[in-house]
Amino acid sequence: MAEDTREIDAETGRQTTGHEWDGIKELDTPLPRWWLYLFYACIAAAVVYWVLMPAWPMANGYTQGILHFSDRANVARDVEALHAARAPSFERLHAASYEQIANDPQLAEFARAAGESMFGDNCQTCHGAGGGGRSGYPSLADDVWLWGGTLDDIEHTIRVGIRSGHEGARLSQMPAYGRDNLLTRQQISDATEYVLTLSPVARANEHPSAPAAARGAGIFQEQCAACHGADAHGDRAQGAPSLTDNVWLYGGTRTEVRRQIEQGRGGVMPSWERRFDDGQVRALAVYVYSLGGGEAAAPAPAPQPAGATGTAVTPTATTAPAPAAPQTPAAP
Amino acid sequence: MTGKTTLLPRPQDDGHAIDAEAVNSAAARALYKKRAPIYPKLAHGRFRTLKWAAMIVLLAIYYVTPWIRWDRGPMGPDQAVLVDFAGRRFYFFFIELWPQEVYYITGLLILAAVGIFLSSALFGRVWCGYACPQTVWTDLYIYVERLIEGDRAARMRLAKAPMSAEKLGKKSAKHALWLLIAAATGGAWVFYFGDAPTLLREIFTGTASVEIYLFVGLLTFTTYTLAGTMREQVCTYMCPWPRIQAAMIDKDALSVTYRRDRGEPRAPHKKGQSWDGRGDCIDCRQCVAVCPQGIDIRDGDQLECINCGLCIDACDEIMAKVDRPKGLIAYDAHENRLRRALGLKTRYRFVRPRTILYGVIFAAIAVAMSYALINRQTLSLDAMRDRSPPYVRLANGDVRNGYTVRIINKERRIRPVEISLHGLDGARLAAFGHETTPDNAIALDARADAVTTIRITVTAPQQVGPPHPIAFVIEDAGTGEAGRREAVFVAGGAR
Repeated sequence: MAEDTREIDAETGRQTTGHEWDGIKELDTPLPRWWLYLFYACIAAAVVYWVLMPAWPMANGYTQGILHFSDRANVARDVEALHAARAPSFERLHAASYEQIANDPQLAEFARAAGESMFGDNCQTCHGAGGGGRSGYPSLADDVWLWGGTLDDIEHTIRVGIRSGHEGARLSQMPAYGRDNLLTRQQISDATEYVLTLSPVARANEHPSAPAAARGAGIFQEQCAACHGADAHGDRAQGAPSLTDNVWLYGGTRTEVRRQIEQGRGGVMPSWERRFDDGQVRALAVYVYSLGGGEAAAPAPAPQPAGATGTAVTPTATTAPAPAAPQTPAAP
Repeated sequence: MTGKTTLLPRPQDDGHAIDAEAVNSAAARALYKKRAPIYPKLAHGRFRTLKWAAMIVLLAIYYVTPWIRWDRGPMGPDQAVLVDFAGRRFYFFFIELWPQEVYYITGLLILAAVGIFLSSALFGRVWCGYACPQTVWTDLYIYVERLIEGDRAARMRLAKAPMSAEKLGKKSAKHALWLLIAAATGGAWVFYFGDAPTLLREIFTGTASVEIYLFVGLLTFTTYTLAGTMREQVCTYMCPWPRIQAAMIDKDALSVTYRRDRGEPRAPHKKGQSWDGRGDCIDCRQCVAVCPQGIDIRDGDQLECINCGLCIDACDEIMAKVDRPKGLIAYDAHENRLRRALGLKTRYRFVRPRTILYGVIFAAIAVAMSYALINRQTLSLDAMRDRSPPYVRLANGDVRNGYTVRIINKERRIRPVEISLHGLDGARLAAFGHETTPDNAIALDARADAVTTIRITVTAPQQVGPPHPIAFVIEDAGTGEAGRREAVFVAGGAR
């Protein structure tokens, strides 16, 4: 700045900056003092912060600060505390029978909550949120169970899985009648028509042809009844679903039923025994059971025709032609 | 004082006059100006007494309330007024509010707003002058200041005096006392949020949480600065209410008014002199000296004026001494200035459309809130339908929907309740871990003063169609108190 640009404004008594634009001069107005002091206070606070807290990146890590504050360590500690807090409940879950869990609202709530979170992390990918299932992946919320819906059945399925490679896995295999040329195309068509007559929902939607169904009835008795039963109510011991109910694993349309007879599809569920401890498996079983389809452990009633009301009385296994007969294909 | 303006030498006038200048007088206004310190003189009179009374009552309410005990049985806190953030409850004597009932607080805030409108329309800014915490604590701080340093003249002398042992002692004592009051204020504040006796013990034994010390410290700081060092600047520069007051005050609202018609022309007066051809104002400036805002009420209505009436007291005292009628400065309506000028009789209209409207709104909200509070449900439920899966088709073709039901029991006892369903033919209820009664209801115990969550499934032979409206009904098996919650039952679209 040139020497003689200093100028005192008469009105305010303040110095101007010496800048002038079209006759307008700028006052050299100082910052408000409260603002300035706040600014200095912030600088001081920052210096204090450097000393106390992690602040400066270094070539090899960073300055730790004398408080040694670490969010990572805090989270680790919190997680540990959480596990410690949950431990007693899991202990109780280990010790309790399912009956005790059901009769202890607090424990049941804990089991359900723990199960829900595990379900979300591990099961939801296939079975869907809330166990709603989708084509090829059975719904866990309905009253249809391929392998049984009591707490013990559910627990066992979780432990060993289905076609999982586990030595105790639940196993079933429906023959691929079309792919392996076990039946002719005409026979498959007839069998399809017959199967469509069995389920109320399929009957209503697909209007199966009566003459074809009549021909298919014989084929069914020959090829399918061994697993699905002469009355097509299925057999839980073999994981063979009932074909007489309204729930279909792969869909109850003509196309899907036919495709199932042709290909004999069957899904795989992993064994979870090694992933979860006993308490966790129980929590998961309680959650799945509580989705709505759980069956009472009481003396299993004899297979009833589908259409009986209420929660899952029928041992009708799910959904359509999924897993069926054991190894030997359709040996009559 | 600004230092820029000096009072002209004044003729002798019986010693009533005082060297006081309004901080916002036209002569003292500058673009850049440091705050001119104000040394309010002690006033004596009706309004000063009223202010003392208001101060004592309001401070007593503030400091004492957290210590009032209230028996709520073994499960509840025994503090009459408690904001329990951790437990998510607000206790006020016999009332216990849950977070979702925060609308009562909203109602209270609306009442407060309408109340301040109403009081402004009737009596001007009496809230500012008597009840505002800023005013009350400032008054208390000035009282302490006066106690230690003396009244106006002594305080001004002390301020001008060079530093000495006496000055240092007085200043230290004042600030120490101020800080003590500030700490007590911050302390009392935290007592509203926890058990007061426990907190007090913890604070003094150093075992209270960091947050407690933080808030005590914060409020100590704000009380000390706002009431001790900032004072009238808070009202003039920080508070929005002075800006709003213009909209609330009309020509009929009372405000502290200098009766220009009676006072002018002002001039000093000597005993025995004639009052002919002059006003009653003897220009003694006592009204300026007592003003905690440092203004001259004779300049008319001002942003800074908090309507506290201390200038009225000061002026009345002088008027009595010079043997003129009181009320040269008084609570008066603007309308009356005009009416006097026109030679009309003064009139005070407290009942007018504005005040009626404010009054009606105030009463309506108060009645609505009281009604809601008296008829407050202590038992209710929420029902949230599962979103995934939206519905489940069962083997026999029936449809099942799942609902997460939250039972809200606001009483401090376990209550046996029954949940039933209305509006869906053939529906059957089931809940994991609970029996379904023969008449198709779920019976369970609702936890005391808590939310009980259960998952209820509803199964019905429902055909495909649009969502079907249903309602969950909860009933206390003992008292018969019932609650209801609408929901829908979904059976899905195709297949």
